[in-house]
Amino acid sequence: MEVLVCIKRVILAGNTFALNDDHTDIDTRHLGYTLSPHEESAVEAAVRLNEEFGGTTTLLTLGHVDSEEQIRSQMAIGPDRAIVLETDGSEWDPQATANAIIEAIKKEETKFDVIIFGSESADTAGYQTGIRVAHALALPIVTNVKGLKVENGVARCERAVGTMREIYEVPLPAVLTVRDGIAIPRYPSVPGRIKARKKPMDVFPVEKPAAKIEKVKLELPPVKAKGATMLSADADGAQKLVEIFREIGVLS
Amino acid sequence: MILVFVDHDRGVIEDISLQGITFARSLDATVEAVVVGGEANATLLGEYGVTKVHHATHAALMDYTPQAAGRALAEVVKRTSPSAVISGGTPRGNEVLAHVGAMLDLPVVADCSEIDLGASTVKRMRWGGNLIEHAKVHTSMMIASIFPHQIAAMPAPASAEVVLFEPELTAQDTLVKIIDRVGEAAGGVTLAEAKVIVSGGRGVGEDFTLIESLAGLLGGAVGCSRVVTAAGWRPHAEQVGQTGTKVAPDLYIACGISGATQHIAGCKNSKTLIAINTDGDAPIMSYADYAIVGDLHQILPAIIAATQAAKG
Repeated sequence: MEVLVCIKRVILAGNTFALNDDHTDIDTRHLGYTLSPHEESAVEAAVRLNEEFGGTTTLLTLGHVDSEEQIRSQMAIGPDRAIVLETDGSEWDPQATANAIIEAIKKEETKFDVIIFGSESADTAGYQTGIRVAHALALPIVTNVKGLKVENGVARCERAVGTMREIYEVPLPAVLTVRDGIAIPRYPSVPGRIKARKKPMDVFPVEKPAAKIEKVKLELPPVKAKGATMLSADADGAQKLVEIFREIGVLS
Repeated sequence: MILVFVDHDRGVIEDISLQGITFARSLDATVEAVVVGGEANATLLGEYGVTKVHHATHAALMDYTPQAAGRALAEVVKRTSPSAVISGGTPRGNEVLAHVGAMLDLPVVADCSEIDLGASTVKRMRWGGNLIEHAKVHTSMMIASIFPHQIAAMPAPASAEVVLFEPELTAQDTLVKIIDRVGEAAGGVTLAEAKVIVSGGRGVGEDFTLIESLAGLLGGAVGCSRVVTAAGWRPHAEQVGQTGTKVAPDLYIACGISGATQHIAGCKNSKTLIAINTDGDAPIMSYADYAIVGDLHQILPAIIAATQAAKG
């Protein structure tokens, strides 16, 4: 089974962000990079498909060539090769991103059985790149997948709705967007890390088209300095909490 | 006229969809809705100011069918030429808008908090609401979802006329559909709809008995942070946060949760937030209305006992 996983390098977010001087971007001087959690789970799900059915996993990213660090660290758990659509690292909007990915997939000799995306990226969260790619390739798509089982060329996909799970069945080839929780990513082994350094990575420069969604500036949301009322860590504090439960109407 | 896609689950409309309608009214006096399958729900939608419900009915639309819903919405868009297409920012709302964007080759702006149709600008949420982007949208028609819990759903009574139509669907449109539902039977409290959520983080450890007890006493749901699901202590369905469920209950009790960006994105719209943590400087404290600094394993039993006594 040939699997393609589309991933995106994002800032390793801590507790707060700092903006650059003209408020056009996050100040990344003191920040590292990682993948969105959904996409780490996507890579693990892909590797499990290869373990069950054979075949290979290809990683694809659009972004700065320094994304190699995140790609190699993912390759350490199994993926076989990578495609980098190299940009200057500036942001691309969802349509531009989807179009570049579509072109890259069309050029590939490999015919992918499953193309996996995260359901949305941790940073810009447009919820649409996978859907646009599916339409352009005339492939069926299931989004927000949290459970996956492939049998006889059909993917059985679970999606959460309330306390229930919806089941979708889709014949392969197909596009899936998956959520954190579909598969807990394994830790890379030392031999895995060493092998990852030698795995093939093709880099193709891509031209950025005019943005349809053009970022003008960024703004930090006002933090409501709530100034928490401190309660004591004893029976007295517990009693005060019960009074609060009553006040806000959650305890009659 | 603004066209609103109304997400529903087997006829039940979520509050976030009503928030989308409420938002749409701030853009234009005339708001029409598109409902795909299920019930037209004209009475409820009329209460929120919708004057016309375009109700798509089709043998293939017995349950939610994502691409077919997109096709039906795109059909109404072409027929009515609205000035904008809006949806509440539910997973299904974002999904259906993305299908429409792909079908019409138009941009889709997700998780907006403000929209100016004249200037074609938006403010939208990044990082689950921890960062706001100001953007110019170059489009012939704005297609946008509204960030959940950005505004409260407010009624504005009108009378809604229902227009039934059968969308033209391709075989591909109906290929991906729900074939079954599994999981807990009704009766369990949904995280997204719970009035009270008692949530546990790394500080709780593997044993969630105390969290479950307090949630049970308050008729609430159990939540947890990403650390907890990544460790396999609790099912992913209970995860509150940017990659889990975003919640806005009346009361959120965060136990042993430090408050990483990922988690705050999911719970900062809670009406009252109580934090219990050994670290008085944990980020969660700046979002808390009430805080107790101490070990939850000692504090929760006292709170459980006091709550039990109060219930009599």
